[in-house]
Amino acid sequence: MNDGENLMESTTAPHDAEVDAPATRKNMAFTRTRPVQEPEEEEERVGSRTVGDVTVDNPRMVSRDVNVYYGDKRAIRDVSLDIGRNEVIAMIGPSGCGKSTYLRCLNRMNDTIEGCRVEGTITLDGEDIYDKNLDVVQLRARVGMVFQKPNPFPKSIYDNVAYGPRIHGLAMTRSETDDIVRLSLERAGLWSEVRDRLDRPGTGLSGGQQQRLCIARAIAVSPEVILMDEPCSALDPIATARIEELIDELRENYTIAIVTHSMQQAARVSQRTAYFHLGDLVEVGETNQIFTNPRHKLTEDYITGRFG
Amino acid sequence: MDEHTVKRFDQELSELNALVLRMGGLVQDQIGKAMAALRDEDPDAARDVIARDHVVNFMDVEADERAVNLLALRQPMGRDLRMIMSLGKTVSDLERIGDEAERIARMTIHMYESVGSQPGTSLLRDTHSMSRLATNMLRDALDALARLDVNLALQVAKGDSELDGEFQASLRRLATYIMEDSRNVGHAIDVTFIVRSLERIGDHAKNIAEYVIFLVKGKDVRHVSPESLSRDLLEEA
Repeated sequence: MNDGENLMESTTAPHDAEVDAPATRKNMAFTRTRPVQEPEEEEERVGSRTVGDVTVDNPRMVSRDVNVYYGDKRAIRDVSLDIGRNEVIAMIGPSGCGKSTYLRCLNRMNDTIEGCRVEGTITLDGEDIYDKNLDVVQLRARVGMVFQKPNPFPKSIYDNVAYGPRIHGLAMTRSETDDIVRLSLERAGLWSEVRDRLDRPGTGLSGGQQQRLCIARAIAVSPEVILMDEPCSALDPIATARIEELIDELRENYTIAIVTHSMQQAARVSQRTAYFHLGDLVEVGETNQIFTNPRHKLTEDYITGRFG
Repeated sequence: MDEHTVKRFDQELSELNALVLRMGGLVQDQIGKAMAALRDEDPDAARDVIARDHVVNFMDVEADERAVNLLALRQPMGRDLRMIMSLGKTVSDLERIGDEAERIARMTIHMYESVGSQPGTSLLRDTHSMSRLATNMLRDALDALARLDVNLALQVAKGDSELDGEFQASLRRLATYIMEDSRNVGHAIDVTFIVRSLERIGDHAKNIAEYVIFLVKGKDVRHVSPESLSRDLLEEA
């Protein structure tokens, strides 16, 4: 939590003072305005001006001028982006572009990383998620996450889903818990496959089933936002298609942000797409537009496979 | 445009591009030969044109197949996707142009092998001026495609109204010939088909020009008035 507290301080401090005045020890390391970079990286830098409209009419989450540092390396710079209600937004870009780092800012997963520092503001329903008084555990219940590798707990299928509602006090009685487990598994499209073996270990399921179990676990605590970091990269095409169908169904009730290396997947599941490049948010737009007529050359080069 | 990381993709795209341009050259030649047969009153030359139409059709099928394969195997995005769509549509228009050339050739045979008098030169006068306009439009549209020249494409798209005007004027003159002398009716009908074919060739050339604008600018400019069209594109530039 130490890092987390530092983060809160830095985000509550006035932005300019933070950058200009090397007043505290932790600022000393960052008086250099930008981290050392390879020359060709410097050439390709696009600055902080993002092409396209980063805002939406009815945002669930709003981030402004978000910078993330790992030690003295700036991983993402000045990223401003809205995440709309009931929309799926896809983050794409080459490895190391900062898309996962950005995603992890949205439920403060970066707090757990040693030496990681987040600047800027991120709000959920207008509430600053880096606020000192905010309970990070509650935040992560509101902003759930599904990871690349299915990671069910080494417990029964039932307990995997029931765990969250129990610790968050969402289910008091056994029958309430039963209802939540059934509903979550139904929503995750897994109920019919596991209803007869809820007491069996979650790790005994197939990869695709495990991932749907993880999604059921995430939605069991009624989150507002679900973050997905490469949720299908370890799955076969059939399991992938089921997850994609599920994402489309979940959109009715949740806001979803997905990081994916598969551009086809981004194109299939999302309504808006954000293209990251070397820590910059280069372009944001309607998914249709990004994949048929991107406005920035870097986006065009990436989606058409022209990076050497 | 930079090269793709996957070199074969570049190769396949440029092969499709080359095939479409080759097909464009062939249909231009077909129109030229059909109009020459008409001018030279040469039914045999017209027959050659008809016989060659299957080559055009064959290229149409091959280009379609290549486009489908590119879509299925490369999952093209952005400009690549627009290029393949534009080339695929261009091919359809070229194939139709080939059919129009064939129709002109058939009308030529019909006119010069039918019993009775030959058509007077005044009856055919409009076909030559319209042919010049139509073939120029097609040439410019294909040049615009080869060089991805939006300005040239824009000129072609706007130039279609001139050909349409010629077509209307030609129909009025043909009506006059029929009224003057009813023996002209048979030939006048054949010539009507020919000028109609030429007018259609202009429409197809205009379509191709619009695909070029879509390819380069990512804007669908079909069914848009020429004035707002150039205004939109100028605003972008």
